[in-house]
Amino acid sequence: MTQDLLTRPAGEPAPPARTGLLLRVLPPGLYAGRARMLVERSLLVNRRMWLVVFTGFFEPLFFLLALGQGLGALVGGVTGPGGESLTYAEFVAPGLLAASAMNGAVYDATFNIFFKLRYAKLYDAVLATPLGPMDVAIGEVTWALLRGGLYSAGFLAIMLGMGLVGSAWALLALPAALLVAFAFAAVGMAATTWLRSWQDFEYVQLVLLPMFLFSTTFYPLSVYPGPLRVAVEAFPLYHAIELMRGLTTGAVHWGVLGHAAYFVVLAVLGVAVAARRLGRLLLR
Amino acid sequence: MIEDTALVRARGLVKRFGDFEAVRGIDVEVRRGEAFGFLGPNGAGKSSTMRMIACVSPRSAGELRVLGEDPDRHGPRIRARLGVVPQQDNLDNELTVRQNLHVYGRYFGLPRARVRAKAEELLEFAQLTDRADDEVEPLSGGMKRRLTIARSLVNDPELLLLDEPTTGLDPQARHLLWDRLFRLKQSGVTLLVTTHYMDEAEQLCDRLVVMDGGRVVAEGSPAELIRSHATREVLELRFAPGGQDAAVPLARELADRVEVLPDRLLLYTGDGEAALAAVQRRGVQPVATLVRRSTLEDVFLHLTGRSLVD
Repeated sequence: MTQDLLTRPAGEPAPPARTGLLLRVLPPGLYAGRARMLVERSLLVNRRMWLVVFTGFFEPLFFLLALGQGLGALVGGVTGPGGESLTYAEFVAPGLLAASAMNGAVYDATFNIFFKLRYAKLYDAVLATPLGPMDVAIGEVTWALLRGGLYSAGFLAIMLGMGLVGSAWALLALPAALLVAFAFAAVGMAATTWLRSWQDFEYVQLVLLPMFLFSTTFYPLSVYPGPLRVAVEAFPLYHAIELMRGLTTGAVHWGVLGHAAYFVVLAVLGVAVAARRLGRLLLR
Repeated sequence: MIEDTALVRARGLVKRFGDFEAVRGIDVEVRRGEAFGFLGPNGAGKSSTMRMIACVSPRSAGELRVLGEDPDRHGPRIRARLGVVPQQDNLDNELTVRQNLHVYGRYFGLPRARVRAKAEELLEFAQLTDRADDEVEPLSGGMKRRLTIARSLVNDPELLLLDEPTTGLDPQARHLLWDRLFRLKQSGVTLLVTTHYMDEAEQLCDRLVVMDGGRVVAEGSPAELIRSHATREVLELRFAPGGQDAAVPLARELADRVEVLPDRLLLYTGDGEAALAAVQRRGVQPVATLVRRSTLEDVFLHLTGRSLVD
């Protein structure tokens, strides 16, 4: 160790002390505690982010106008999670909020990461530095979540502007959306490590589309007969929608924490699997 | 404290991929300040060896110490002091030339101000200052290679690993690159180079090993290798196709070793001119003749064979 200090050129920072929780738990080859450098890279690459925010602002607006105002005029009222009566726009908005957090995160974590992994060879270059696969997984998932989070913030602002927020609990919808985005990004990135070609992205669509349509986004769970309800309750997006709908309508109960815990578990598993798979693919 | 001068020390190093053994127990020692080469045909195990030394590929068996430490246990700490130029450029195409250097420096945890200053210095070194704010994609092959080398220097590495640094470049670009690598060597950086170009090995390497089929088949300086595996000179006799067969018995008589190629005979001998005179005295009429010094290429082809390895 003394020799190590002697041979390091003057001014070179010492390797970070392994004090953080993750740093103590994980082997040094896996995680150098510098995941933020990948976020820095993404920020540099996406300096024209305002365009993304701009389109991200209009997409939910169009959805809300078409479904909430347009279709909502035909549907009339819906019974909310707390038994209260909601307009259809109030009902569908949190569902779309959850879906947009999911879509934003999953698209970034699948398409973009697949390209960087298989074609740009970005992670090969990164792993030649002191960074490890866990830095890559956390850094890239964090970026996907920031992006998903921006969409969600825009969406919430529109909901507020259209008078679709019924409770101060809605303030928590933004951190909740970040958590949902993190979990979906992590699982998306893990899944991406198994994809072999662009054709395989059909599988991603195959999972996302039914989840978007059937996870009580557009109508309550009571529409389904008993056995189907259980199936729908297994969808991750269902939990995200329950979480959002509870918060924006003010129907908050302990179960909301359960939904949040579901995403914490999903996020941790996703990052762990993604890092492990990256290591297996690139550090052979 | 005794300073260990071996920056890389391998004993019985093995790399397996499933049933395939890419590296079959090699011993290598790279000393501080030298330029060391891995020479060998495609598939000889050079790149696998380089990846193990770069701490991005765990060894299957044997011993390996890089900068005095075990890659299995201290990979990140070793990588912090290495520079790596991979066989295929993996520059960040989403960033500009300068940003490539910035971001890479940040991966090493260098402070922003330090990275900024270092990037300017490296742009100068790689003769890319004019292209600093350009995208990477439209750069020529030579420029990309220089940028990759510049990038590998961002952390002031003690050991620079170059995997086929000039493959695919035109002669001008190769000479420019060699010049830069010489400068690095002069400034005290230890170079570890793989190549299948003999001129590159002769230009760059103080010492080298010849690898074939995952094993080290020879080791030494270029001059030593020529001395011990070839004669001082080579007499080349060129014939019309098929015409050389008649001259083979005579050639074997005159030379230490003879190689029969489809259109040529190579006579390995201490004195090429004398052999040529003898050939002419005996009435053999080749289409063309050439006396030359033995090169590393002769050694290489002798050791690794002439058949195509794929």
